[in-house]
Amino acid sequence: MIPLEFVLMLAGLLFALSVAGIFLNRKNVILLLMCIELMLLAVNFNFVAFARQLGDLNGQIYVFFIMTVAAAESAIGLAILVVLFREKKSINVEELDEMKG
Amino acid sequence: MESMLANFHMQVAAAEIFLVAAICVVLLVDVFVSDRTRWLTYALSLATLVGCAWMTLEYGVDGRVSAFDGMYVADPMGDLLKLFSYATVAVAFLYSRDYLQRRGLFKGEYFILALVALLGIMVMVSAGSLLTVYLGIELLSLALYAMVAFDRDSGVAAESAMKYFVLGAIASGMLLYGFSILYGIAGTLQLDELAVELRGVESHIGLVFALVFIIAGVAFKFGAVPFHMWVPDVYHGSPTPVTLFIGAAPKIASFVLAVRVLAEGLEAMVASWQDMLIVISVLSMAIGNVVAIAQTNLKRMLAYSTISHVGFILLGILAGTNDGYRAAMYYTFAYVIMSVGSFGMILLLAREGFEADRIDDFRGLNRKSPWFAAVMLMLMFSTAGVPPFLGFWAKVEVIAAVLNVGLTWLGAVAVLFSVIGAFYYLRVVKVMYFDEPTDTTEIRAGGTLRAVLSLNGLAVLALGIAPSALIELCARALP
Repeated sequence: MIPLEFVLMLAGLLFALSVAGIFLNRKNVILLLMCIELMLLAVNFNFVAFARQLGDLNGQIYVFFIMTVAAAESAIGLAILVVLFREKKSINVEELDEMKG
Repeated sequence: MESMLANFHMQVAAAEIFLVAAICVVLLVDVFVSDRTRWLTYALSLATLVGCAWMTLEYGVDGRVSAFDGMYVADPMGDLLKLFSYATVAVAFLYSRDYLQRRGLFKGEYFILALVALLGIMVMVSAGSLLTVYLGIELLSLALYAMVAFDRDSGVAAESAMKYFVLGAIASGMLLYGFSILYGIAGTLQLDELAVELRGVESHIGLVFALVFIIAGVAFKFGAVPFHMWVPDVYHGSPTPVTLFIGAAPKIASFVLAVRVLAEGLEAMVASWQDMLIVISVLSMAIGNVVAIAQTNLKRMLAYSTISHVGFILLGILAGTNDGYRAAMYYTFAYVIMSVGSFGMILLLAREGFEADRIDDFRGLNRKSPWFAAVMLMLMFSTAGVPPFLGFWAKVEVIAAVLNVGLTWLGAVAVLFSVIGAFYYLRVVKVMYFDEPTDTTEIRAGGTLRAVLSLNGLAVLALGIAPSALIELCARALP
């Protein structure tokens, strides 16, 4: 069995990667959506690893809920993206600057 | 089979079950009505809220009852918060009708999404486990993201919806990461079991790690500094009825999120989260009040004012005592009443091609309509915390709560920032009474909006003159 620490480290790494992706990416909104997905999947890793370690099913059930919500979340994110593209003809993050102050 | 169902105690969740069924009905009816008969959706949505209120009153509980294997918790605090949420959503519907009709936005989406958001709030209010907390948050947030973008021809709305969506998703991710570590350490998702488990564990480095992520998530949902970037843009960019909704109902949810997770689940770690919340609260009061001074757009100014009010709500929560939570709840109620009224005033003055969302649009309001200028005066004085209005007592309660736990300096800081904050509220009053009107068109709002807004203004005064009514209500809910 793979030791718990390894899985946690992988999950932490994926999580950090996704946060870095969100803050460093200045070009494309779709990349942001991908990073958000990665973030939730990193959390799933954590839950599965802990559930296995504890011998408790609740953590694994939590993962199912997160996956369902993540699907709904990307559906809404993409819908907003379509509206945004129709209005601005661009999905560049840097052009999202109409409001200031 | 029957005994299994009985174990679920379904009747305590009657209001939620009714709401889900009613949303489906409204959704179906809305598909079949034409634009001329759209009032049916509106009427059904209001009827749904009345039905929910009846269910909550009918199946109200005296003490703590848990259902669905501990996933769901009903208590007097939850019942009160739910009733208050119904009233808030109903008032939001009543205010928004005219505006939506004039702009061709009077569609089913607004009402259905608002009801789904309300369901999310109710799930959060009654959450007994980290899973239900998460599901409630997402139900609320997903409905709000869609609501911000629902005016499809507005580029600003789409932009603010995207910002809200991305930042909101990060916050949910942070919160979840914290929850997952918490689960790994305590081995349970149930909030009451979590509280018992953590009492045995001494300050574990992993717990502090988890706590940082959870606090970041909670602060984001509140819109507290340094996680406040979305608030001004979302308030500014959304259509005003949506701003009104986002400014009011979700604050009840944020309050309950903090109480359920921090005060109930992580009760044992009060010393750790108190320190973090002190920093967030002071920063929110400072940045909210100072940056609001520079705003010329009223919606944006009210957004920064919200940030500063969040700082005050957090003051009550960080006291970590029952008195503190009660004060925070009282403050939340007061804030919601005042914020609904202030955005209602913008809706009152708005007409085709005129948003009335700049402070200059309120110039000389006293000449046009002395009564509504007086209503706005009461709302602004109350938000600033001038006695004898409601907002003053709310501030007194939270500051008393922090003084009682020995954080005298924090109380002094809060008083200082509320004095600074008074400046920009008074500026609105000055513009209304002492400037010449630039726009002389009569107010065209309908009778319902006028009547409810007048009541809203009077409520701020009445609850300020007789503050004990609302305070006692809170005391009964959180003994």
